[in-house]
Amino acid sequence: MDVRQLTISAIRDGLRARRFSAAELAAEALRFAAAENPGTNAYLRLCEERAFTQARRVDQQLAAGEEPGALAGVPVGVKDVIVTKDITTTCGSKMLENFVPPYDATAVERLEAAGGLIVGKANCDEFAMGSSNENSAFGSVKNPVAPDRVPGGSSGGSAACVAQGTAVVSLGSDTGGSIRQPASFCGVVGVTPTYGRVSRYGLVAFASSLDHIGPFARNVDDAAALLGVIAGRDPRDATSADVPVPDYRAAAREEIKGLRVGLPKEYLEGLEGDTRAQIEKGVAKLRELGCEIVDVSLPYTEYAIACYYIICTAEASANLARYDGVRYTMRSPRARTLAEMYRLTRDEGFGAEVKRRIMLGTYVLSSGYYDAYYLKAQRVRTLIARDFAQAFEQVDALAAPVSPFPAFRLGEKLDDPLQMYLSDIYTITGSLAGIPCMSVPCGTTKEGLPVGMQILTKHFDEAGMFRIAGAFERAGGFAV
Amino acid sequence: MKITEKEVRHVAELANLALTEEEVQRMVRDLDGILEHMDKLNELDTSGVEPMAQYLADSGPFDTLREDAAGQSFSSETALANAPLSGSGHFKVPKVIER
Repeated sequence: MDVRQLTISAIRDGLRARRFSAAELAAEALRFAAAENPGTNAYLRLCEERAFTQARRVDQQLAAGEEPGALAGVPVGVKDVIVTKDITTTCGSKMLENFVPPYDATAVERLEAAGGLIVGKANCDEFAMGSSNENSAFGSVKNPVAPDRVPGGSSGGSAACVAQGTAVVSLGSDTGGSIRQPASFCGVVGVTPTYGRVSRYGLVAFASSLDHIGPFARNVDDAAALLGVIAGRDPRDATSADVPVPDYRAAAREEIKGLRVGLPKEYLEGLEGDTRAQIEKGVAKLRELGCEIVDVSLPYTEYAIACYYIICTAEASANLARYDGVRYTMRSPRARTLAEMYRLTRDEGFGAEVKRRIMLGTYVLSSGYYDAYYLKAQRVRTLIARDFAQAFEQVDALAAPVSPFPAFRLGEKLDDPLQMYLSDIYTITGSLAGIPCMSVPCGTTKEGLPVGMQILTKHFDEAGMFRIAGAFERAGGFAV
Repeated sequence: MKITEKEVRHVAELANLALTEEEVQRMVRDLDGILEHMDKLNELDTSGVEPMAQYLADSGPFDTLREDAAGQSFSSETALANAPLSGSGHFKVPKVIER
């Protein structure tokens, strides 16, 4: 068996035909992950015991003739900002180096209930803050497609483990593009569902009004299957929506002739080189499939970066106040007083980018600045969301780039945080509006670096998004 | 300059961060550039625009509230398992009040 080639449906068939057992699958995935990891650093920790326990359960169910679940035997990677009971969850931070959560996130609970095997905890930028995975306290991740390049961020490990094939699917989190951008850099599918579609219970909070959990996969069907398992109302997350979850895999098999797809002109204005050429080829493919391509305008796009970085840093500064040396494992040994305990613990535990965002967030919320920054940004957020609502009166979906450029070299952008922030322009708009968005592979640059095309639909229309992605994939769109 | 060294020190105090001298200097430079970019929002007249806190699905005002019923919670031992220092069922911190 070659785990790099396996899909969810191939695993299902293989298990039923007794070509392999779930335990054999777990052993092979773990062996491969252990062999690959010194090269890529995609995992912070492998979960042998947990994976084998699950695998035995799946094998027993199969032997007893029971239905083992939609993800039976499927090796899954889980981003290390999603808590796993009794398995260290670090958030890529020194602050939580020894943190062992006493409970499982709802998404983890659901994927294991469906038979999924957690292979390991995936590396990520510290507290999911970053666009290159270089902000992990435990070393950066190398892009499996091009080892001198970043895998993107913040879910760099989740994208890399699926791209290298040590996991069939993985869970990531997206606040401003942290699933779609690494998916595009590593040449895999990455889905940010509607805000509220997937419970965030057990997702360590970064910016609560923007945080999402979503799947990575090598094909549309696998991404649709994983989202179907983790989606739906959870009483433990009050922001999770009570909206029916349709059959995403069935939606992905439908045709798309006659759909209207909008092309936001603001997203193409500054886009250059091979990335532009690939997006144009992708759009041409959609036209070939019978979509009507319509030019649309999202005029407030240019304000999105400023809007986003005010809101996300403000929320981060509040959420990260809990790391104070009292409850979460780390306390500075130098601290003698209560004030020193707070300050020294936070200084020693947080990395540079996290401190920068806490500072920025504290500044924009501080006395005298709240109205000028935070409230202003929330009003601009309304305008950005309205842009999308108006566009969706004319079209069924939008097609757009994911990132202005393909995977960059490790270290290339580390010294200029503003430049790093500006590269998030195409992904943060959808995050601010709370709409579903996904990245699908759309060929490569001349150098062979993957390019991703983004598909965006209206709130809770993930089915419409998968429909377009599925037809695009079947028509060879991933390799245009 | 959008932000001064003095302001950076004040904000660090508010955020409970003990920044080193080097970190303060770097922070002044980084925050200044970022805040400069954020000023872009002032080009927009947003009077009369409602602020958006987050996207919420259309539902009744109480649809996402659960029953007010007691559920299972962690034992104090479990809740304290990650504490840097604990004792007698409590989190322990350096002395706050002098005798």
